[in-house]
Amino acid sequence: MKQITHHLPEWLIRSYAAGSLGHAFSLVVATHVSQCDECRARLEAEEAAGGVVLEGLEAVDTSDDLRARVFDGLDEDIAPEAPAPQRTGIYPGALIAEMGSDQPRWRSLGGGIRQAILSEDKQGSARLLYIPQGMAVPDHTHGGLELTLVLQGSFHDETGEFGVGDVEVAEDDLDHTPTAGMGEACICLAATDAPLQFKGLLPRLLQPIFRI
Amino acid sequence: MIEALTIDSETKTPLPHGLRPGYAGKSMNDSGASSEQISQGCEQTDWLVAVREHRDKAAFGRLYDHFTPRLKGMLIRSGMSGAAAEDVVQDVMLTIWRKAHLYDEGRARASAWIYRIARNRQIDVIRRRPRPVPDEMIVEAESREAHDADAMVSLEQEAVQLREALATLPQSQREIVERAYVGELTQAEIREATGLALGTIKSRIRLALEKLRHELKDLRDE
Ligand SMILES: [Zn+2]
Repeated sequence: MKQITHHLPEWLIRSYAAGSLGHAFSLVVATHVSQCDECRARLEAEEAAGGVVLEGLEAVDTSDDLRARVFDGLDEDIAPEAPAPQRTGIYPGALIAEMGSDQPRWRSLGGGIRQAILSEDKQGSARLLYIPQGMAVPDHTHGGLELTLVLQGSFHDETGEFGVGDVEVAEDDLDHTPTAGMGEACICLAATDAPLQFKGLLPRLLQPIFRI
Repeated sequence: MIEALTIDSETKTPLPHGLRPGYAGKSMNDSGASSEQISQGCEQTDWLVAVREHRDKAAFGRLYDHFTPRLKGMLIRSGMSGAAAEDVVQDVMLTIWRKAHLYDEGRARASAWIYRIARNRQIDVIRRRPRPVPDEMIVEAESREAHDADAMVSLEQEAVQLREALATLPQSQREIVERAYVGELTQAEIREATGLALGTIKSRIRLALEKLRHELKDLRDE
């Protein structure tokens, strides 16, 4: 496994552990942790802290009905769950589960660039991007926080170089020009906590597309 | 929220206790890592291991009595109704029973494992779609067993020290930390608090992290 140099910030891991992170960012956390032992350990440390807090909470009353339902359930035969999706090629199981398939449903955006939107809700959106080698993405700022996780190839911008497994955390005021590295196309998972804007109109369509 | 986070003045003049009656649990008020505390935490892990190894219903009953009232409280505080919280607690307890074979006491204490299961289930229910979860790490059973005994004790020591670090925080800061892990804070609030109150217990979490990191590395190397 290649050395990962750009990890998840602490507050993101903590927010994920606490269940306070939206779906799109949760997907980035789960996909990064799937391939980063460092952040897996950090997540488990957060869950250890969560467990300590849980144990210290005040007990509230629970119903007798709950007890009956749980203990009746112990002897129930239940169908075994389908196994969790496995990593396939460059896509960790967490991403396969999200796509519902082992290949993204790419849509061409012109210039060789492709995208596959994975999720979109009030708390943000997640998509996969395919950027041909050496291709620069126009200067852009974004309307919210944006996380970009590299799955294949690499990209670089004013803030540094990002290879497979690396996550870039771009604040909304970052004005940068990400450029895919040479060698192979850059495929990345990009998530933002701002809703997609400018849908429908073709010229405007390019703005959200080029957010990396 | 922002007010609650500007804690410097409160640190000097702590808020009167009793603002939130019974807010901090009994164990969080005790300071010092007594052997009693270590054995208490280990007890829960032992119960879970007994469920895994022997399908021990009495041990499961103890887990039920200990965790059910706290899980319900946590879920209510993170915004669920009592009835919805009980539905999630039911699923969590049955998941503990059915997936006990996946529990690894060298990686997580019982409470940490249960905390994760509760979050996963809660988010699945709230969002009506599966919460993205990291791929499981594939670990050979032999390498797992070789590390469990030592790892379990060090996880326990870290937990006791974490609890102690929490207990010695000024009440206002302890509340922020508790609210963060209970699920009462938003992503933005956790981000802000991480530089303040949560920063105080950072060193403690870092140490716990070192242990886990070595543990994972050992597992990978075998
Ligand atoms: Zn990482």
